Amino acid sequence: MRRTLRVGAAAALALGAALWWASAPEPAPPAIAYPAGDAARGARIFLAAGCGSCHATAGQEDRLRLGGGMAFATPFGTFHAPNISPGPEGIAGWDVADLDRAVRRGVAPDGRHYYPAFPYASYRAMTDGDLADLHAYLVTLPPDPAPDLAHDLAFPFSIRRGIGLWKRAFAHEGWVMAEAADPEVAAGRYLVEALAHCAECHTPRNAAGALDRSAWMAGAPNPTGRGRIPALTPETLGWSAADIAFYLETGLTPDYDSAGGHMVAVIENFARLPEADRRAVAAYLKALPVR
Amino acid sequence: MKLQIPAVVMLTLFAGAAGAQEIRPEVKARQGQFQTLAINLGILGGMARGDLAYDAARAEAAARSIAGVSMVDLAALFPEGTDSMSIDGTRAEPAIWSDLPDVLTKWQALGTGAAAMQAAAAKGPQDIGAAIGGLAGACKACHDAYRTPD
Repeated sequence: MRRTLRVGAAAALALGAALWWASAPEPAPPAIAYPAGDAARGARIFLAAGCGSCHATAGQEDRLRLGGGMAFATPFGTFHAPNISPGPEGIAGWDVADLDRAVRRGVAPDGRHYYPAFPYASYRAMTDGDLADLHAYLVTLPPDPAPDLAHDLAFPFSIRRGIGLWKRAFAHEGWVMAEAADPEVAAGRYLVEALAHCAECHTPRNAAGALDRSAWMAGAPNPTGRGRIPALTPETLGWSAADIAFYLETGLTPDYDSAGGHMVAVIENFARLPEADRRAVAAYLKALPVR
Repeated sequence: MKLQIPAVVMLTLFAGAAGAQEIRPEVKARQGQFQTLAINLGILGGMARGDLAYDAARAEAAARSIAGVSMVDLAALFPEGTDSMSIDGTRAEPAIWSDLPDVLTKWQALGTGAAAMQAAAAKGPQDIGAAIGGLAGACKACHDAYRTPD
């Protein structure tokens, strides 16, 4: 009996140690020689990645004051976007490597995991150069004193360490569209799959809240709980590439209805990007496989 | 005789169901108004994108129609109790009634965009293309907050 207990305790300890090890945040990446950042180029990355859409305080006219606060209601609880302005309440003192670890690995400078409401699983594919440019741009923005709001999560999701296991299971390397020989499609793939993280809303999620890559861009329930986010697969959308580019510029559908909800913020960003970017997104969406 | 009561019950239920589906005239009117905007915006957008041949008179008529719709008084078309929580067949968010001053400001932006489009319509497809952003921006600004998602 004592022996069984001892074996049981040892097994539990081993399991606990294994989980602790498996859930550990990735260590700081090996020192990368980032290219010199350029703030003007970073402005484009900032728009394409939609940073301001969630980190600028909701309803605030100035979309460059990144005090945070946007609430994401999910089945796991409510997440609040933090302050990422360059002030002390935000990311003051971060270097490119800190930004890299946060954006591509979902790990804070103090080593804690970020929750995947922050779309680092998409941003993972960002290039070193774009990260350096984004950093150069972020530090030029005005500081904002707003304190971060605590997430409001149910147990066991409130255990941050558990995200390490989630990342192991779901934060995939590699593109969903494996082949993109056409340079415009490849540019679109980088915009759609990485920067603009379109799939985070347009692809359904599994029970653990991870994207179901087998139903890529197949549409999903609206996280607000009302309505659906439309599918972007060519056979369901049925728009021409020119229709898609025009929509990303104006928010007008081929029927001249207009975008609503969070897509309005996406279009405000895309309208300010070069036309080539809107066309690249369209080319990528038209190249998605017909299921 | 025994059959009469179920028949009456059925009829009442049927009438009740039909009544619930009837769309109020104010709702029909405002939906028609948005449809009018979309159709005329479609003419202008088609010319800007080269899908439709540019025709100054037709472009001006479309811009004038949008300006006309923007002058319709919203209060008459949005009576209390016609939001998407209260009735079927509408995507009008309850927030329209709680943030009415903001809604009216955004509606005015449609008028501003329409006036710019009227000036552009006579000049040609390029100018129309440049003015579409302002008009579309007015649509989006309202639909961001005040239209229930599909």
